[in-house]
Amino acid sequence: MLWEFNKYSDKIALVDEFGMLMTYGELAKEGERIAEMVESRCLTFILCKNAIGSVVGYVSFLNAGIVPALLNASLERELLDNLLLTYQPKYIWIPKEQKGDFSDMECIYTSYEYCLLKTNFQTEYPLHSELALLLTTSGSTGSPKFVRQSYQNIKANAESIVQYLCLDETERPITTLPMNYTYGLSIINSHLLVGATLLITDKALMQKEFWKFFKEQEATSFGGVPYTYEMLERLRFFRMELPSLRTMTQAGGKLTPELHKKFAEYAKETNRNFVVMYGQCEATARMGYLPPEKAVERCGSMGIAIPGGRFHLIATDGSIITEPHMTGELVYEGLNVTLGYAEHGDDLIKGDERQGVLETGDMAQFDEAGYYYIVGRKKRFLKIYGSRVNLDEIDRMIKGKFDNADCASAGIDDHMYLFVTDNSIAEDVKSFVALKTGLNPMAFKAVVIDEIPKNDAGKTLYKELEKYYEF
Amino acid sequence: MTNLEKYKEAFVKGLEIGAEGVESLEYQGIPQWDSVGHMGLIAAIEDSFDIMMDTDDIIDLNSFEKGKEILSKNYGIDF
Repeated sequence: MLWEFNKYSDKIALVDEFGMLMTYGELAKEGERIAEMVESRCLTFILCKNAIGSVVGYVSFLNAGIVPALLNASLERELLDNLLLTYQPKYIWIPKEQKGDFSDMECIYTSYEYCLLKTNFQTEYPLHSELALLLTTSGSTGSPKFVRQSYQNIKANAESIVQYLCLDETERPITTLPMNYTYGLSIINSHLLVGATLLITDKALMQKEFWKFFKEQEATSFGGVPYTYEMLERLRFFRMELPSLRTMTQAGGKLTPELHKKFAEYAKETNRNFVVMYGQCEATARMGYLPPEKAVERCGSMGIAIPGGRFHLIATDGSIITEPHMTGELVYEGLNVTLGYAEHGDDLIKGDERQGVLETGDMAQFDEAGYYYIVGRKKRFLKIYGSRVNLDEIDRMIKGKFDNADCASAGIDDHMYLFVTDNSIAEDVKSFVALKTGLNPMAFKAVVIDEIPKNDAGKTLYKELEKYYEF
Repeated sequence: MTNLEKYKEAFVKGLEIGAEGVESLEYQGIPQWDSVGHMGLIAAIEDSFDIMMDTDDIIDLNSFEKGKEILSKNYGIDF
C-alpha cells in the first residue's frame, strides 16, 4: 500500500468548497469498497477534476494495486475514444454528470459524485508488476503516449518532497493545478503521506469562490506554474490579506527572473517560503528545488537535486561537465525516474527501461556553488500555461487536418506561433489547435508567410521563423 | 466612442472574440473566457478606461453585465 490512511484515521483528509469532508478513516474504508467492486488488478481510466470523488478513486485504485491512467475530465471526446481503443481499460471512473456520455457502459458503483463504469472491451493487456500509474506528458495533443510510473517512483518522490518542503499534518494545501497534471498530483501524493488536509476546488484563481474557500479553510500553501504567478501579480496578490499562507511553490516552466525576484522578496518580507522547483512527468514529478532561504540570492536558478537524487551535465562530446557556467544536457538520477513510456496497450507489460537515469532534454548550467540554471531545450516543445506541447506533434496535427498544408509551429513558452502559407486557413488552424490542445486561444498566433523556410533536404528551418516573434 | 462601445471593445480585444453576443457573456461560458482569458480581459478593460482594478473587483467580474455594474459603482464610469 502506498498510503497508510489508518495512521491518521480521525484526521480530515479532504475538504471541498461545498463543505464536504472526508477523514483518513473514511478514505481507507471507501477504498476497500471500491477495490471490492473491481475484480482484480487491471487497467482503469480516471476522468479527473479537482473534486473529492476524483481523488477518492485515484487513491483507492492505487492503494489496491489497480492501475489508473489519469486524464482530464474535459478531454475532447475524440481523443478520449482513441485512448480507450488503444489501451482498452476494464473500468472508467468518471464524474457523475458525464454518465450520459457513456450510455453503452454499465455503472456498477457510485461514490462522492463519481461513477465506476465497466467497459465492454474484450482485450486485457497484461500489466507489469511494478506498474502503478499512467500519466500523459502534456495531456493535450491527443498523443496516446503515457509515462509509466511505478509504486516505488511515487513513494520515493513523495517522501523526498515531504522532506525538502518539511511537510507535516498541519499543512492545508489548496488545489490550483489539475490533478491529472504531474505537479498537481505530486501535491496530493506527498500531503496524503503525512496526514495533511487537502483543500479541493475546481475553481480558478480568477474566481471569487476560490479565495473565499482559501480564507475560510485557511490554506497554508499552493503551487503554480509561471502563468499562475503572472495572474497573481495581476490580482494584486502582494496586497492580499492571507494570514494562513506559509508556502508557495513554483514549477512547470521557468519563471521570468523579474517575477522570481518579486515573489522571493515578498516571501522574505512576509516570512513565508517561496520554493522554485524543477521536474518532469518522466521523473514522477520533482527533480530539483531551490531552498527557500536561497530564493532571493540565487534568483533565476531552479536549485539543486531533491533529497535522494543527483544531477550532472553532459557536454555535446558526451563528457561530464565539471566546470561551472558551461552548458550541457541535464541528466538526473534517482528512484523517482519512471519506467519509460507506453504508446499502446502492449507496452504495459514492459519493465524498467531507464534504470534510474533520465536525460531531461533540458540544457543547463551550474554556478560555483552548485546551483543549476535551465538555459534552453534540446527538443522542440513549448510549455504553454505549464503544459508541455510538442511542436512536431502540432505540425503533424495541422497537416492531418488541413490537407497536408505547408505549416510550421514554433515560439516561446506561453506563446506559440502557427506559420502557414495559405491565408484562408490561418484562423481555422488557430482555432483547431486551441480546441485540440484545450488551451486558451490567446496562447496561439497564426502568422501567414510566403513560404516556410526549409533547407535543401526539406527540413524546416525553425530558427529563421524567430524574426516573426513579437513578444 | 461611448463608454459602452469602449467596454464592448475591451471584451472583443481581451478575449479575442467577435463582437456578436458579447452582452450575454459569462465567465467560463465560452472557451476563450477561462482564467487565462480573464487576465487578458482585465488588462483590456484597465487599458481602455485607464484604471487599476482592485482584487475584489477583478474576481467579482464574472459576466458582461456584472462588469458594467462594477465599473460604474467603483470606478465612476457611466454607461
